[in-house]
Amino acid sequence: MSDLVTPSATVGPYFQMRLPWPDGPYVVPAGTPGAITIFGRLWDGAGDPIPDGLIETWQADPAGRFAHPDDPRDPIPDGDLVFRGFGRAPTGHDGSFKIVTLKPGPLPSGDGRTEAPHIDVSVFARGMLDRSVTRIYFPDEAELNDADPVLRAVPEDRRATLIAAPAGGSLLRFDIRMQGDAETVFFDL
Amino acid sequence: MIAGEFALPRYMRPAKGNHPPLDFAPYKATKGRYPTKPLVPLPHRLTEVTGPLLGDGLITMQDADLTTRYAGEPVGQRIIVFGRVLDSGGRPVPGTLIEIWQTNAAGRYRHSIDQHPAPLDPNFDGTGRAITDAGGGYRFITIQPGAYPWGNHRNAWRPAHIHFSLFGRAFTQRLVTQMFFPGDPLLPFDPIYNSVPDEKARLRMIAEFSVADTQPEWALAYRFDIVLRGRDQSVFEEHRA
Repeated sequence: MSDLVTPSATVGPYFQMRLPWPDGPYVVPAGTPGAITIFGRLWDGAGDPIPDGLIETWQADPAGRFAHPDDPRDPIPDGDLVFRGFGRAPTGHDGSFKIVTLKPGPLPSGDGRTEAPHIDVSVFARGMLDRSVTRIYFPDEAELNDADPVLRAVPEDRRATLIAAPAGGSLLRFDIRMQGDAETVFFDL
Repeated sequence: MIAGEFALPRYMRPAKGNHPPLDFAPYKATKGRYPTKPLVPLPHRLTEVTGPLLGDGLITMQDADLTTRYAGEPVGQRIIVFGRVLDSGGRPVPGTLIEIWQTNAAGRYRHSIDQHPAPLDPNFDGTGRAITDAGGGYRFITIQPGAYPWGNHRNAWRPAHIHFSLFGRAFTQRLVTQMFFPGDPLLPFDPIYNSVPDEKARLRMIAEFSVADTQPEWALAYRFDIVLRGRDQSVFEEHRA
């Protein structure tokens, strides 16, 4: 068996025919108690918005659990909570996107440490031959953020690009800059 | 509360040259849209080894047949596109959502931003979805897509292709790719196809014509097996021992 995988190719501009779903940005249904809205804009290296991008998010639930067979911990019953864990939002003409979700809980790293609450993000767009991967962290978790093994591996002067900014009430702002002085930190997955 | 040690699967990194670079000038739209600073290694922990398991109750058989949704039949060559989704260890990936989109037979997408002066087909929207079966198998019925001009460079034409989006079972396995057709004379000129450095990897994007699966008096068949990142068995077993 070859170890080669099928190569990535760009989503192009026409992913808009299939990939956006009406409820895509809703990791939880609108009106879910405790829901937060993470909004932002996707920017290119010239400082122009990227209007043909797609943002996808994946995260733990508020208890820090995943409804997935590879989460080795016993499930915690969610009751009536409708929680998909996954969000998908195409960017608008001004590069804007939003995701409605619940803040994830902290996670065990498996080696005795703790990962601060975070959301994994994939960025797709016309002109991107592969996705770019980043993470959203939370501004009200300074202590856990300081100890987070992934954030600690990021050069200190760039960490702020991964932390959402409070924007009043249940709103958080997270802009994604592909290039420039404030280029978002992207990960090698 | 959440302390404790446990072993998680780890996913193998793609070989060098397997995926296209993000900074690839011959595809002009890459300009300004790739990271310039070093990527930070992301270990595979809980968020990375899990992923959305979507589709139960979402998909019907009708979603995989792009030819029977409208009053009439779409124009063009009817084709069957089928195959298996596997990981690089050769194991099937069952129960995973596949989403596809493509042009019609004339090379026109049904989308307002496509201004190519070729006809739209009222009986074809060019989108489909399927969930892989227990053996990782899937099957679409569609129409042979057309080539179209795209303005990347003088006289630039995209080879006929079908866009594929796959989730796999983990965030690490997410893949968006394009399927091409064997023998397409436009392939040598396509910067997107040729952005993949490794030639063997590039060939994985080309479907294989299957006369055995071609349906007499009805449709040509193309096999397109898709390989996602596999688990590093040695690491997993070692940690479990």
